[in-house]
Amino acid sequence: MDNKRLDNKKVVETTKAAEREYGVGHKLIGKNYETADLYAKVTGSAKYAEDFRADGMLFCKLLLSPMPHARVKHIDAKAALAMPGVKAILTADDLPAPADTLTDNGTVIKASKWGERGLTMEPVYQGEPILAVAAVDELTAAEAIEKIQIDFEPLPFVVDPLDTLRPGGPNPRTDGNVWTRPPATASQGPGTPAITELKWTESDFAELKKGRLPMGKTPDEWTYGDLDSGFKNAALVLDETFITPDTSHQTLETRSAMAYWRNGKVYIYTGTQSTAQTLPAIARWLNIDPEKVVFISEYTGGGFGSKITGGVTMIIPALLAKKTNAPVMMRISREEETFIGRARPGFQGRMKVGFSKEGRITALDMFVVCDNGPYDAVGDSPSSGRIVSLLYQPQAMRWRGVTVLTNTPPRSAQSSPGGLQGIVIIEPIIAKAARRLGLDQVGIRRINCPEGKAELGPAIQGKRQYATSSFLKEALDRGAEQFKWAERVARTPKRIGTTVRGVGVSLSCYVGGTIGFDGLLVIKPDGRITFQSGIGNLGTESVIDVHRVGAEVLGVPWEKCDVTWGNTAKNLPFTCVSGGSQTTHAMTRAAYATAMDAKKKLQEIAAKKLGGKPEQYEVANERVFRKGGGAGMTLAQAAKHAIELGGIYDGHEAADDLHKLTKASVAAFAGQGLVGAAKDNYPRDGNTYSYVASFAEVEVDIETGKYYIVDFLASADVGTVIHPRALGGQVLGRSTLGIGHAIGQKWVFDPRYGEMLSKRFYHSKPPTILDVPVDMQWSALDIPDPETPVGARGVGEPPVGGGCASVLNALSDALGDEIFQRAPVNADTILTSLEAGRPMQHPLMAHI
Amino acid sequence: MAEKASFKVIEDLPKEDVPKAVSRRNFIKGVITSGVAVSSASYLFRASSLLQGQQLAAGIGERLITLNVNGQQRRVDVMKQETLAWTLRYKLGLTGTKLGCDRAECGSCTVLIEDIPLYSCSVLTHTVRGRKVMTIEGLASADGTLHPVQQGVIDEQGFQCAFCMSGFIMTTVGYLKTNPNPTRQKLAHGVSGNLCRCQDYDKILTALMRGADNTRRSVLG
Ligand code: FES
Ligand code: FES
Repeated sequence: MDNKRLDNKKVVETTKAAEREYGVGHKLIGKNYETADLYAKVTGSAKYAEDFRADGMLFCKLLLSPMPHARVKHIDAKAALAMPGVKAILTADDLPAPADTLTDNGTVIKASKWGERGLTMEPVYQGEPILAVAAVDELTAAEAIEKIQIDFEPLPFVVDPLDTLRPGGPNPRTDGNVWTRPPATASQGPGTPAITELKWTESDFAELKKGRLPMGKTPDEWTYGDLDSGFKNAALVLDETFITPDTSHQTLETRSAMAYWRNGKVYIYTGTQSTAQTLPAIARWLNIDPEKVVFISEYTGGGFGSKITGGVTMIIPALLAKKTNAPVMMRISREEETFIGRARPGFQGRMKVGFSKEGRITALDMFVVCDNGPYDAVGDSPSSGRIVSLLYQPQAMRWRGVTVLTNTPPRSAQSSPGGLQGIVIIEPIIAKAARRLGLDQVGIRRINCPEGKAELGPAIQGKRQYATSSFLKEALDRGAEQFKWAERVARTPKRIGTTVRGVGVSLSCYVGGTIGFDGLLVIKPDGRITFQSGIGNLGTESVIDVHRVGAEVLGVPWEKCDVTWGNTAKNLPFTCVSGGSQTTHAMTRAAYATAMDAKKKLQEIAAKKLGGKPEQYEVANERVFRKGGGAGMTLAQAAKHAIELGGIYDGHEAADDLHKLTKASVAAFAGQGLVGAAKDNYPRDGNTYSYVASFAEVEVDIETGKYYIVDFLASADVGTVIHPRALGGQVLGRSTLGIGHAIGQKWVFDPRYGEMLSKRFYHSKPPTILDVPVDMQWSALDIPDPETPVGARGVGEPPVGGGCASVLNALSDALGDEIFQRAPVNADTILTSLEAGRPMQHPLMAHI
Repeated sequence: MAEKASFKVIEDLPKEDVPKAVSRRNFIKGVITSGVAVSSASYLFRASSLLQGQQLAAGIGERLITLNVNGQQRRVDVMKQETLAWTLRYKLGLTGTKLGCDRAECGSCTVLIEDIPLYSCSVLTHTVRGRKVMTIEGLASADGTLHPVQQGVIDEQGFQCAFCMSGFIMTTVGYLKTNPNPTRQKLAHGVSGNLCRCQDYDKILTALMRGADNTRRSVLG
């Protein structure tokens, strides 16, 4: 009996790598330390949006659409408004007109007529907010909602993208069913995306009967290389259809928000991934001057892409607060969050891949249908093609994609948007090819792996884009060694009783950084440095970590440094959004530029006061002093001199190339000390990407279909390591987010009524602590990226696809290629497919 | 131990005192139907003091009780259907206890009741009269010295966004009272009723194990 039980025990031990020494040659960079937000977190004093209170605070509740698509014919709120304690009702008619966007270079982007506004008279998904009621307490507001009578006219709806692409299929929006971008014109640049109608033909749909994704016309496509000869010369060609799941972000903190108005300004409290950049978003949604907005977000309970600039629904309490002249708290329940809280779009994908006998990809033809939900176009579909082209370097490739609207909750970027889906579609094919060609799984990935300034995507004006660097091959080799890949593969027997083991490896990558943002610091006359951080505090710690770079450059011990974050009234610099794993890259660059600016000012002050030339001075140990010894002064003294000197030294003037937000913040510090402020103008050759090689071992009980992940390792190429523990948290945390897509998370809909069935945690449960091995491993190469001064790249998204795909590949290693054609893989799939000898789930239907 | 964990039956509440503001019919309807009603029913509460007496006259079932929270006696008006999480967060100002689901799915609202970790979103406040309630705010000693488990989290930079953190810490503190020397595997089981969406479970476990270690030392020391 014993050998039948899953023991979840390791046979082979991964070499522990987390104790590796990072930050060699640095004092702060690459070292662990206690972040300034941690004490408040462990004592419960950290304030998230719903923890704020204001005198006379009202509460509001939302009325959500019970139908996936309908028109509101009439609202009768008389009885509700007559209730004692009910203060106001807010409908779509009360929303400000959507504002156009004025970009920094002066271009006006017209507000989209299809955009989401927070409340609506034409709900396009079940759960979409129609109106809100403010009352003295939440129960009164909820009772008022129950008393409101709404006359709905049901409209046609779609929950499966393929249904609307059929000839004569219903449209999810009155104007059509797909997002298209008109071709760029010389005079007006790239066209604005528009909703149009696209139907495929009956003959396109003939493929469906063979269990393969139909491939009709798509609005988007690109090609490079010679696809035909690539397939002709291939030793093996595989053509597979694969479905990836829709998964809600499920941040543990819902998008609750509180707001009030004071002296003509609106104060909004809610979670965001990006403090500085949420302010202009609020101003646009409310159609008011950004100077009239104060935004507070000290702690955010998770984002994963769902709160890049917070959620548009935060304007509801703000508008109710205006109407009632009182603070309004809007608490969002778990179920409401499922509707309005964003999700990753699922893909229906198909890929034809040609391999040489050595396993090199000679040609790759990729086709994806992205389930966009009802609102703004997500970028997952194009991004999936770019990531696949970079990660596996096919000799020739075509990508085709269509972003289809459906009447399901709105999607947004989720950690590795499009990257996860692309990787999860191709990785099982590569695993299968290796088995067919008799190749080692690590080996076949090694020969397709990007290296150095690897190219990606189509040629634009005759030239393909390329990465700043890639050391993924080293990460793969290092990972294989630590994971003892060869030993695990060679181990026999794979099966004992009803227990089968399998090992899987996956490549993974995603965008890892942008450029061109600002930093701001102040050296105070007491010698302390304050770093102004416009980054959101969502737990990755980049909000604080990046400023270690500034302290390192200035030679100041961390104990003498303070970081200001979480409140736009506190004078923050122009900062990137924390999305697309940009922050560590973009903001270490800005931090470096800013510290160099402060250093230059220190040298100039020293030269002015003590003689000689600025370059004869160096900055270290909290002093600026003559090189090789001699005259000098403390940073505290220099700060006092800066105030005497004024001008650029103490913030009375600011550099021209700073963003206007930064300039306003610089001015606010005028006269308070030495002000360092700079824009990141460093060059960069290529686009920044980060990479991970992921390894998993699973143990499956073929009698029950249940399986465990016995071991997991992620080996990362993310440039210079800034904060090892925070980095490890991102590498393993986001790997686990990916693993959720493999082991169970998905959406389920009732297709007949368009009703969502997976509304709560337990319907689509994120992995728990028992779903992952008790000692997951990670390591990082710590090789600096050559195109950025500190060498650091971003990390949040790159591990996600590998987390999912390594587990899927381990499952097919254990069970064979005929078990699943979609993720997640659940016990019932395993059991029924094993018995039938072929995949037993519907090959294409969405949300089952 | 089993004795301690079970709740006292509250006998002194008038049986027919159905709060008028939420009729039973509406409450049940709210629970069983989907859509609008459910989404509002999941987070209901009444802040009677804000109603300035108008509803109080109609009788919404509030009564003044005394709670023992973090070693202090606290007098508070509660409704019969009021959850402990609500009382802590909105009446006693103890917002370190978080609500992630309000329906016993995530553990972010975990507090100790007589040393037993329980989901405070699923405990009615009036059932804990006379019992010792401990929240995250009550762990550190008066001089600011952190509890050894809190210190373990600091030592290892555990957790990311930390919305789940107070729940995990309270569960661990409770678990260690009866299992002072767990393996990683055992402690993982001990805290498996808590969900973390940031999911850096490995470092969470390392931090909590460090907390276990700190706790043993502090007991010895
Ligand atoms: S809030 Fe109580 S278990 Fe989730
Ligand atoms: S640390 Fe974010 S939910 Fe646990």
